[in-house]
Amino acid sequence: MANKKQPVSRVLGMGQIEPDVSGSSRINVDDTERIWSAAGGALLATYGLRRGSFSGLLLATLGGFMVYRGASGYCPMNQALGRNTAEPNAEDKAVDSIEIAKSLTINKPREEVYAYWRQLENLPRFMFHLSEVRQLDNKRSHWVAKLSDGLLAKTLGTVEWDAQILEEVKNERLVWKSVADARIDNAGEVSFVDAPNGQGTEVHAVIKYRPPAGQLGGAIMKLFNPAFEEMIKQDLRRFKQLLETGEITTIDGQPSGRKSEQQSGKKPVSEHAKADEKHESAML
Amino acid sequence: MKALCYNGVGDLRTERVPDPTIINPKDAILRVILSSVCGSDLHLLNGYVPTMREGDIIGHEFMGEVIEIGSEVKKLKKGDRVVVCSILGCGECQYCQSTQWSLCDNSNPHAWIPEKAYGDSPAGIFGYSHAFGGYAGSHADYIRVPYADRGCFVIPEGLPDEAAVFASDALPTGFMAADLADIQPGNVVAIWGCGGVGQMAIQSAFLLGASRVIAIDREPDRLRMAKDISGAEVLDFSKVDIQEALREMTGGRGPDRCIDCVGMEAVSEGLDYYYDKTKQFVRLESDRPIVLREAIMACRKGGTVSIIGVYGGLVDSIPMGAAMNKALTFRMGQQHGQRYIPRLLEHLQKGELNSGFMLTHKMSLDEGMKGYDLFNKKETMRVVFAPQ
Repeated sequence: MANKKQPVSRVLGMGQIEPDVSGSSRINVDDTERIWSAAGGALLATYGLRRGSFSGLLLATLGGFMVYRGASGYCPMNQALGRNTAEPNAEDKAVDSIEIAKSLTINKPREEVYAYWRQLENLPRFMFHLSEVRQLDNKRSHWVAKLSDGLLAKTLGTVEWDAQILEEVKNERLVWKSVADARIDNAGEVSFVDAPNGQGTEVHAVIKYRPPAGQLGGAIMKLFNPAFEEMIKQDLRRFKQLLETGEITTIDGQPSGRKSEQQSGKKPVSEHAKADEKHESAML
Repeated sequence: MKALCYNGVGDLRTERVPDPTIINPKDAILRVILSSVCGSDLHLLNGYVPTMREGDIIGHEFMGEVIEIGSEVKKLKKGDRVVVCSILGCGECQYCQSTQWSLCDNSNPHAWIPEKAYGDSPAGIFGYSHAFGGYAGSHADYIRVPYADRGCFVIPEGLPDEAAVFASDALPTGFMAADLADIQPGNVVAIWGCGGVGQMAIQSAFLLGASRVIAIDREPDRLRMAKDISGAEVLDFSKVDIQEALREMTGGRGPDRCIDCVGMEAVSEGLDYYYDKTKQFVRLESDRPIVLREAIMACRKGGTVSIIGVYGGLVDSIPMGAAMNKALTFRMGQQHGQRYIPRLLEHLQKGELNSGFMLTHKMSLDEGMKGYDLFNKKETMRVVFAPQ
């Protein structure tokens, strides 16, 4: 399966949209410069840390920055100065976007499924890695994602971005894109299709994102991608549970003989998020 | 409260754990009155089902009294004496609404685990490993029952606890085995396994019109019950060649319907047992499909093989050529209990089915390990725990 490269979105006829190339997903440092920057930075950092003094710490910080710049191929100073040593005469080179496509059938009418999703403030109720979605106006919204646990969280922490709805066909589809300077450039499409024989609504979600921190970041994010895919699938499953049964299926807060879990008492619904993130980080 | 917890292969301990609480609006809390062992628990206990965790409360066949209900529970009320289906169904998804309850889309919070192994996820089951949801089981003083209006059935007045408890699993599972077999009036039905599910399948097959039921086991007590109580003709596979006996008992045709009530931990007297046991031991095969092979070979041309004994993973050397060329029909699945339980409670009440005899040992939770040891050695039909 790993070698089958055709994106699923093409089979579905979806996902024409590509995320912007902004923020840290750009490469604006040339390869040779990246190697020197990383090597020099590492030396500087080591030296700085050995000195142990305040100036040593400054040197170490500078070294760390140079390592990052070398590894990521993205230099914020180059960005600020409009300098691009990677391809001096071209647009910044984009990191390939990564695609996730997941579908699920929900036993509810299309109008109802669409309406719940379109009310973007509802999303964090079943997307447990989102802490907030705020509608700024009809098309624009502000998103806050928080990965509170695990390796992924240590790498990314809280991520915020603004998104813009580019296309909206009521009860059928939504296409959105993060607006410039998102920490993780992303875009996506959700479509809502009647399932055959009155089985409800097929929800097809295609999400594309550009990993931060350049090519190296891309390699790392590809490692994380199966976990992201699972996360999206879990999100859709909870969406289905919520719409079909009015509650989210869970065992969190039930008794067990495990001593570590025995301080449990009543747990509010929001606590499910924690358990879920634990499960996600366990998969990492 | 007290609960019987899994602590590793062959290791159960009765421990103090916190009481369950209402977590979701459709939950109820029950005081467990009776909670039975089940053959499928042995698969957990013997290490054939992965994703068990230390501290998991086991048990999934139970009845009790409703003592607390969530805000969205509409039909049940405190004080109801109910039997609960072992398998959880939300009642709202496409599968539940077409009464295929054990395929519920929503009741397994760990759907991602079986999805990897099976391509999709079946329903959650009480006390039956994290792949099936990780729900705390019923060998405890109290239990939380999600989707309570869907899974709990009020027991009719006059029907004793000891009979009603088996309407949770053994009876609907056995009944479904007979139902899946699509028994036509006059059919001869062969049933492998005379444990709880097998006994109930024998009685159900008669109820659905079988003219004869031939039951197969090697435990003398179980064969005696199959004959004296459930009314089957019996074969002891440790003494006779089953293929030959079935063929000759049916005028050379073979049974019209064959039902596997054994599943992945089958035993036999032949070399095939050691073949499968060895492959299982070195993990080349996860299940021992001895009964399934026998059923395929024995079944008459154009007949139906109904599989209700539990399989978990991969099986080997299935005589597919025999199945294909004899044009057999295969039907299988975990029980859709919610479909059958109301009807079965009526049959029990009218005396058309008899389940109470299966309770051969009643014990306290403190005797949990002892109870399962007895059961594992087949020295009892069913041990049932009475928590309080």
